[in-house]
Amino acid sequence: MSKTAIITAKDVDVFYGDKQALDKIALDIPEYKVTSLIGPSGCGKSTFLRCINRMNDLVPIARVEGDIRIAGQDIYAPEVDVVALRAQVGMVFQKPNPFPKSIYENVAYGPKIHGLAKGKTEMDELVQWALEKAGLWNEVKDRLDQPGTGLSGGQQQRLCIARTIAVKPKVVLMDEPCSALDPIATAIIEELIDELRQNFTIVIVTHSMQQAARVSQRTAFFHLGTLVETGPTKNIFTSPEDERTQNYITGRIG
Amino acid sequence: MTDLISPSSQLKGRKSAETRFQWYGRGAIFVSLLFLVVMVGSILTKGVGAFGTTNVAIEVDLGPDAIDPANPADARFEKIVKDALKTQFPEAKKRKDRRMIYGLLSNDMGFELERFVEANPEAIGGTATVWFRASDDFDAVAKGAVDRSLPEDERRMSDKEIAWIDQLTEQGAVERTFNWSFFTNGDSREPELAGILSALMGSALTLLVCFCISFPVAILAAIYLEEFAPKNRFSDLIEVNINNLAAVPSIVFGLLGLSMFLNTFGMPRSSPLVGGLVLSLMTLPTIIIAARASLRAVPPSIREAALGMGASPVQATFHHVAPLALPGILTGTIVGMAQALGETAPLLMIGMVAFIVDVPDSILEPATALPVQIFLWADAPERAFVEKTSAAIIVLLLFLVTMNIIAILLRRKFEKRF
Repeated sequence: MSKTAIITAKDVDVFYGDKQALDKIALDIPEYKVTSLIGPSGCGKSTFLRCINRMNDLVPIARVEGDIRIAGQDIYAPEVDVVALRAQVGMVFQKPNPFPKSIYENVAYGPKIHGLAKGKTEMDELVQWALEKAGLWNEVKDRLDQPGTGLSGGQQQRLCIARTIAVKPKVVLMDEPCSALDPIATAIIEELIDELRQNFTIVIVTHSMQQAARVSQRTAFFHLGTLVETGPTKNIFTSPEDERTQNYITGRIG
Repeated sequence: MTDLISPSSQLKGRKSAETRFQWYGRGAIFVSLLFLVVMVGSILTKGVGAFGTTNVAIEVDLGPDAIDPANPADARFEKIVKDALKTQFPEAKKRKDRRMIYGLLSNDMGFELERFVEANPEAIGGTATVWFRASDDFDAVAKGAVDRSLPEDERRMSDKEIAWIDQLTEQGAVERTFNWSFFTNGDSREPELAGILSALMGSALTLLVCFCISFPVAILAAIYLEEFAPKNRFSDLIEVNINNLAAVPSIVFGLLGLSMFLNTFGMPRSSPLVGGLVLSLMTLPTIIIAARASLRAVPPSIREAALGMGASPVQATFHHVAPLALPGILTGTIVGMAQALGETAPLLMIGMVAFIVDVPDSILEPATALPVQIFLWADAPERAFVEKTSAAIIVLLLFLVTMNIIAILLRRKFEKRF
């Protein structure tokens, strides 16, 4: 376990019914860095991501075993409140899914339910801060009362990021955040991710090896439910130790 | 070179099949519209007569012999009117003829004169021309509903009566006005006095009770089953039973209401409270099924987004999922309420079929409902109740249309894109 690791996973097994989706995953995720999870479809990278904020609890047949700690605390311990955990570990989904409410309400929702802002001015400041952080403020500051669903796809995704960071979580999980976006919107989000790592620890699942190479400092390669290799992104892409990693990044499997 | 784009025989057959199908569809729509037009048209043409009423001006003697100025309330008003009729038609000497001339006016004539005197005390001591309501048979003649070419013994009014009516008409003593009392009176044995208000209020109160019970219960049940309940055998069993409940004939609910609410709990018979309870039993499954369907139609991404933000399941449901499902829930509710509004059978079982003259003003008083009133009037022997029946159907349909408009407006208000 490295000194700066905020998330440590040990011996994580996930089952969907009888089918084992993850097998003995052990992974340390360092603080204030971007860690990308890559691998072919169905390799379990999204499953692992969803273990970190217990979104797998929503799948009735899913069973998680093993040990995942955030800042030393076991998140699957019985006394852990999932609601408090998800306030600390935010999530951005594959498809932009803003609430069918105004832009302002979208961002203010998290702080409101967690009681993070007292009074209207404090909330206004928090909303502005989150939208600025997400690089959306200048585009929407004149139409905060308009529905979030009226924005373009890229803007919607940045709105979802603003919504997530408004709660000021420790960790932001991103599940293929750019897969539904065009290259320009993708580039904007990638820049954004790079800026966000000053304040947040980011774990991103991506299908695109180029994206992983561009945004992340560390990369973990999953294959068929196992963690094959993990290390600094540069090393993974230039001198992978495992043959399967080599095959994947050169395009022979995937 | 082969021809690539000119139609082959197989393509031609496909094209004509499509055209044929479109014509079947248009035909189906035409047939259903035709039924609707025939139904509404016949109800309208039959019922429109009930919205008018015939009034007759009779000169009455309010002199000291008839009314004691010191104590006008003690006067025998009905006799005064009858005397005035005898004066008007001196040729009616025989008992039978006398009865016929009294029958020109409504049975209410004494009360009508009393009301007139109360409103115009200065008329006491002289003579006054008072407008009386004509009887239902007079009304039928006045609006031309009686075929005069028929032999005398085959129609309701004799030649003599028709002659008197014509005489009054020539004198300008007959007028037709809008029948406001149809909307302000309760039921009556006399068609010209019978009104819809007691049934209308009865229906409104019954539906209110029904709504207040079934809407919250159904929504809570639907939300729990859809969002929180574990999916297992037991919840499947509940689901099957709810679906079955929606298909139970309504009279069964009436029997249940009779034995439970009236006999076991001793609730007041014929009251909108019991009517509403019975109808809500019937409406519940309809609303639950519609509400579950619209909750299921909310995209799961909204649920995930809310839960991913750290919203609790209840917050995710009530802040995000339920508001999106609300338009669908409202539609289901309105369908259920419309069903309840038109329901007769269960109300018969709990005694809401009573003859109610007084307008109910609480949910504990005896009342009847619009469809039951229609049923009662359709059964009544007097000819004039035929048009009353159609008029009551028109009122029922207007009630329904109003409910639907409210539902559409509410749905517009809550509809959101996602």
